[in-house]
Amino acid sequence: MEEKNSFVREVAEKKYEYGFTTDVQTDIIEKGLSEDVVRLISRKKEEPEWLLDFRLKAYRYWLTLEQPTWGHLKMPPIDYQAISYFAAPASPKSSKAGEIDPELMKTFDKLGIPLEERMALAGTAVDAVMDSVSVKTTFREKLREKGIIFCSISEAVREHPDLVREYLGSVVPYRDNFFAALNSAVFSDGSFVYIPKGVRCPMELSTYFRINARGTGQFERTLIVCDDDAYVSYLEGCTAPMRDENQLHAAIVEIVVKERAEVKYSTVQNWYPGDSEGKGGVLNLVTKRGHLRGANSRLSWTQVETGSAITWKYPSCILSGDGSQAEFYSVAVTNNYQQADTGTKMIHLGKNTRSTIISKGISAGRSQNAYRGLVRVAPTADGARNYSSCDSLLLGSRCGAHTFPYMDVQNETAVVEHEATTSKISEDQLFYCNQRGISTEEAVSLIVNGYAKEVINKLPMEFAVEAQKLLGVSLEGSVG
Amino acid sequence: MLEVKNLHASTGGKEILKGVNLTVRDGEIHAVMGLNGAGKSTLSNVIVGHPAFEVTQGSITWNGKDLLALKPEERAHEGIFLSFQQPIEIPGVSMVNFMRAALNAKRKYQGLDPMPAGDFLKLMREKRAIVELDSKLASRSVNEGFSGGEKKRNEIFQMAMLEPKLAILDETDSGLDVDALRIVAEGFNKLRTAETSAIVITHYQRLLDYLKPDVVHVLIDGRIVRTGGPELAAEIESRGFDWIIKGIKD
Repeated sequence: MEEKNSFVREVAEKKYEYGFTTDVQTDIIEKGLSEDVVRLISRKKEEPEWLLDFRLKAYRYWLTLEQPTWGHLKMPPIDYQAISYFAAPASPKSSKAGEIDPELMKTFDKLGIPLEERMALAGTAVDAVMDSVSVKTTFREKLREKGIIFCSISEAVREHPDLVREYLGSVVPYRDNFFAALNSAVFSDGSFVYIPKGVRCPMELSTYFRINARGTGQFERTLIVCDDDAYVSYLEGCTAPMRDENQLHAAIVEIVVKERAEVKYSTVQNWYPGDSEGKGGVLNLVTKRGHLRGANSRLSWTQVETGSAITWKYPSCILSGDGSQAEFYSVAVTNNYQQADTGTKMIHLGKNTRSTIISKGISAGRSQNAYRGLVRVAPTADGARNYSSCDSLLLGSRCGAHTFPYMDVQNETAVVEHEATTSKISEDQLFYCNQRGISTEEAVSLIVNGYAKEVINKLPMEFAVEAQKLLGVSLEGSVG
Repeated sequence: MLEVKNLHASTGGKEILKGVNLTVRDGEIHAVMGLNGAGKSTLSNVIVGHPAFEVTQGSITWNGKDLLALKPEERAHEGIFLSFQQPIEIPGVSMVNFMRAALNAKRKYQGLDPMPAGDFLKLMREKRAIVELDSKLASRSVNEGFSGGEKKRNEIFQMAMLEPKLAILDETDSGLDVDALRIVAEGFNKLRTAETSAIVITHYQRLLDYLKPDVVHVLIDGRIVRTGGPELAAEIESRGFDWIIKGIKD
């Protein structure tokens, strides 16, 4: 036992690998939130009147709300006046298209993000968002040939205002919830994707989010529209430097899926989780939702979440198109003092709609990990089917796993199934591995990856490899 | 060579081993027999470093190295293998991934690169044949859904993969039918080299008929009370342990 404890100490001191900061000049506005700040953000971004209106409506609505408290979370109070709502690396884009600050390039190189198009072989187009601003989008030209739009949302507002105006807030209205209202008021940047009718996007589209500046919040906004018979696979990755204060991240992702179209959205979330004492870390309070508008459309959310001090989000699907199919595959890992209250919502409105939920929670240290899910079958959803499976894996005896499945079935022809298991990595399993020459650290990684493989296998290849490593790393030192 | 000297070990505050002395030279097979609760499994667990057992006195050296100072995985890398009495199930981890992790950990310890995937799979096939282990079992999760006999066969398969210098078979014969026992025992014999030594823990003569031990020990109440040749095992088979126990008391 003594030996295990020293092992725990040793690896607990291991540092978060992405905790560096980048020394670039940042254009950062005064802390605090007011109507003037909302106007200032809009002005800095040279936005049209309708968007300023949208922001102001959202802001005024937000003022009437209070931060919700129903999550299974112990959340530090957030002082919304102590946050700066806009931070941009100063002049990130020089006048010549494609040239960016070399310091920024280094940052993204360290993160392994292929910003240069020399990475063409990797077959991934990247939009990189640093603090509040989209830094560079690669492969734009190649995508444009197919009529695909992949750019920052600010740029989309300038160049494709009709599309943005039509869809922005159409899936997550600003009245949706407290954090959605806040995001709608102050969102700074994010990615915009439009796949035209009948087009299969030939490469993975990827956004990398990074918070860098101190005392800033990140409020990015992603909007994906996949038109009839189109297909896209979209990846999202996240990191942040180590800060001893909490950093707020309140994003919105909206996805519109039209007839027979298919969207795969994958996330590997590795925001800074705070130190081993629970100090610092990102508060990840995100609203993600997809609307399966068209008949026989498909949407899948796949997420591997190992980061953030607090994760509070429910990537959801509204299945209104008849015969539409939605999937949610999730691995959520919490260690030390991390907390997660996450899951999904599947709202069945159309006939013969199907949804699948596979959730794998892994708790270690003193962390708390909750799955919360809603399956709603409306009276109109004849023949709807849902299958949910929620597993929890515990490492050690000081962590907690919780499951809150809600079901609201209003149609007699619907079939809704729910399965749940809780298991624990036992001393015997670890010793069996040890006796075969496998160290405890490696054994945990092996067992956890085995447990999570159903979800990991859903990720695109390169992401899957990264996710596997991440699972091992984030649980180091969690057994003792 | 394994040298156990005056070994005392306890678990949960209860002393189980009360001064065990045992020397196993390279190439020798030692049988350890005794009633349930005598400390046979404790002895094997202590040799491989199970954290539930605490050594309170005595020493174990392996080729001159202080074994007790090594972590369990290091003892494995040094060539010590335990065939578990009750092999553990590890859901979600395939036998292939498990064995690859084990083999490559050992290679790393020896300063070698990981084995290329093609070579590894070929090795798996070869070794599987020795214990007639079904290829379907090898693609399943570690021991999950294996019958009792399959689990024991799987232990010997792992031994075949890792090629230990000292194998400890902890009641490998329990729960095996006659055919399975023969496959396991013959598999073990095929894997033996002139240097391989073994400690075979058993209640019965039948496994020893195959393995032909050089030395037979009787462990009673945490001590080795009698040591002899193969004839001792045969005598226990016909007379039981009572006469030995009586001999100690007298």
